[in-house]
Amino acid sequence: MANPAPDLQCLDLTKDFDDFRAVDHVSFEVPQGSFFSILGPSGCGKTTLLRMIAGFQSPSSGDLLIKGASMIGVPPNKRPVSMVFQHLALFPTMNIGDNVGFGLRQRGVARAEIARRVDEILARVGLPGVAGRRVDQLSGGQKQRVAIARCMVLEPDVLLLDEPLGALDLKLREHMKVELKSLQAAFNTTFVYITHDQSEALVMSDNIAVMNRGRFEQIGPPQEVYHSPDTAFVAGFVGEANRIDARLVSVNGPVLTLESESGAALSVEAAQSGLSAGQRAQVFLRPEAIELTTSAEGLEGRENVTKGTVASVLFNGANSSVTVQHASGTPISVALPQTGDMAKLRPGSTVYTSWHPGRARVYPAPGA
Amino acid sequence: MTTDGSKLGFYLLLAPILLWLVVLIILPHLGLFWVSISEKIGPREFQTGFGNYVTFFEEPLYWRTFARTAIMSILATALTLIFGFPIAYYIAKLTRGRTKTTLFLMCMIPFWVSELVRTFGWMILLRETGVFSNLLQYLGLVSGPVEFLYNDAAIMVGLVYTSILFMVVPLVTTLDSLDDSLIEAGYDLGGNSLSILREIVIPHAMPGIVSGCIVVFMLSLGNYLTPILLGGKDSLWFTGMIYTQFITRFNWELGSALGFLLLALSSGVVFLGLKLSRQSLADTMGRA
Ligand SMILES: Nc1ncnc2c1ncn2[C@@H]1O[C@H](COP(=O)(O)OP(=O)(O)O)[C@@H](O)[C@H]1O
Ligand SMILES: [Mg+2]
Repeated sequence: MANPAPDLQCLDLTKDFDDFRAVDHVSFEVPQGSFFSILGPSGCGKTTLLRMIAGFQSPSSGDLLIKGASMIGVPPNKRPVSMVFQHLALFPTMNIGDNVGFGLRQRGVARAEIARRVDEILARVGLPGVAGRRVDQLSGGQKQRVAIARCMVLEPDVLLLDEPLGALDLKLREHMKVELKSLQAAFNTTFVYITHDQSEALVMSDNIAVMNRGRFEQIGPPQEVYHSPDTAFVAGFVGEANRIDARLVSVNGPVLTLESESGAALSVEAAQSGLSAGQRAQVFLRPEAIELTTSAEGLEGRENVTKGTVASVLFNGANSSVTVQHASGTPISVALPQTGDMAKLRPGSTVYTSWHPGRARVYPAPGA
Repeated sequence: MTTDGSKLGFYLLLAPILLWLVVLIILPHLGLFWVSISEKIGPREFQTGFGNYVTFFEEPLYWRTFARTAIMSILATALTLIFGFPIAYYIAKLTRGRTKTTLFLMCMIPFWVSELVRTFGWMILLRETGVFSNLLQYLGLVSGPVEFLYNDAAIMVGLVYTSILFMVVPLVTTLDSLDDSLIEAGYDLGGNSLSILREIVIPHAMPGIVSGCIVVFMLSLGNYLTPILLGGKDSLWFTGMIYTQFITRFNWELGSALGFLLLALSSGVVFLGLKLSRQSLADTMGRA
């Protein structure tokens, strides 16, 4: 076949709990060897979706294919997928070697062969010689790698990971992000990774699906999800964004003119917003899309220029920001370049904000 | 750093336990041991020696009953474990909330009735003119009345019934603490029910299994009513023998020796069981 079946394919997958729909007509496919993330807030149905793929829950409707074969009715121990659980679920009564060798023992692999493959996989995840240790003798990051090794030793078609970094402290989490990505590249196995942390998803993924209330709102590469979100939810959930509630005044080709709730005029470029005059809308504006100047000089001819005062300065190294209060409306967050006179900004300083109409996104307000 | 004040508090807290140990356990046993090594050589005349213990080994009835009691208690413990484990697993893992509490309480209901009454209940069921016998006749499965009582099987039924709660409670406690995701991980990695039971569930439940077994074994070994009431004339139990020495024969010396042998037996079997299951007593009692 010229175009082999993708490793994982979900078709209209739905899961109902009594009268509650946890997963709602989800369709996606994951090509071989890619890192696919499902990003969504807590309770949106990520775990339920993953458990259906692993086989612990059966879909109410829809189909699930792995390498082209339907998995409906196949029990978890017969599926070519492995799962890294939220709290890892390493067996505390076994040592590391027995943990990693568990799956091979179930397959009836010979003892010597198991020992060899366990040592090999532990070396590959960077933990040579720990086979004899107890689970509680390892650190959080090491346990993480053991949990991955325990799955990878079985050479699954798809590895499922349920927020595996959630229990780690910040520093280690940053480190494990990079490490997970490089492990995935080294094994060249398809990873399906679920998280509520957008930075994990953005850093590691080839493709991200943004999930909300059981539905996929957008599927795409990280850059696309970040820079051109399809829906208001995606714009608000992925990355930082200022949300401005507004009403559409007029449409002039691709340029929309809106009036914010506080009465300020906004100009936004949006080719196909589907909005009509008078409709209520939400404008999303990333902090780094807003330009900050201390004087009005050189701002002639620019659009969306507003005068305001600094309400607070949040210093965070390269990610520093200020909140700016305009004459009216809610304060907005603006990225603070660490250069020149910007370092001198203090609460109360007068500043001018401006942004290009093409850098904001506009969506119909919910319920509008 | 321990101050004198907190040290005093510690000893004050310890005092009742020490008192209980010394007055109610160590002293009576010392007395018992002293009596057991007194040989009667004439009316009100005694000499120190191990004659009572020698009598035990020379009289086959004694040591046969001793061995019989030990073997049947071990068997009763094993049966209790076999019946108790699925019950405990069901309560701990397959039910939640109200159902769980209700089932747990139902296990306890028989204990609201005195042991004597409970045992008579079994007699009503099992005797020749009892419920089971009549039922079988009514169904036409047997032609005449059947006697289920007065044999070793009846003793076994009584022992398992009496002690099953003491197996189920520690098992439910340990199985409750077994994270469901461990079982799921077992299936995910290709395990089947049997291998997961063997490699994940049982190793985790081991402290509960061992502590349940110790308690049930001790209860069976020291049981007096059940074997006497449900067992036949030949179904001797070692506690019955001790009773006879003390009460019927007024032979306190031999009775004490037999009591000490029973203590040695239970300690020995528990020690062996812990060694075989590679558990420590502290571990078992601490976790279950
Ligand atoms: N077994 C279940 N029975 C009923 N509702 C459930 C069950 N499992 C999950 N849910 C519900 O489904 C929703 C999604 O849960 P989950 O998939 O765990 O979310 P996430 O992993 O995204 O935080 C939640 O509202 C949860 O209450
Ligand atoms: Mg979850």
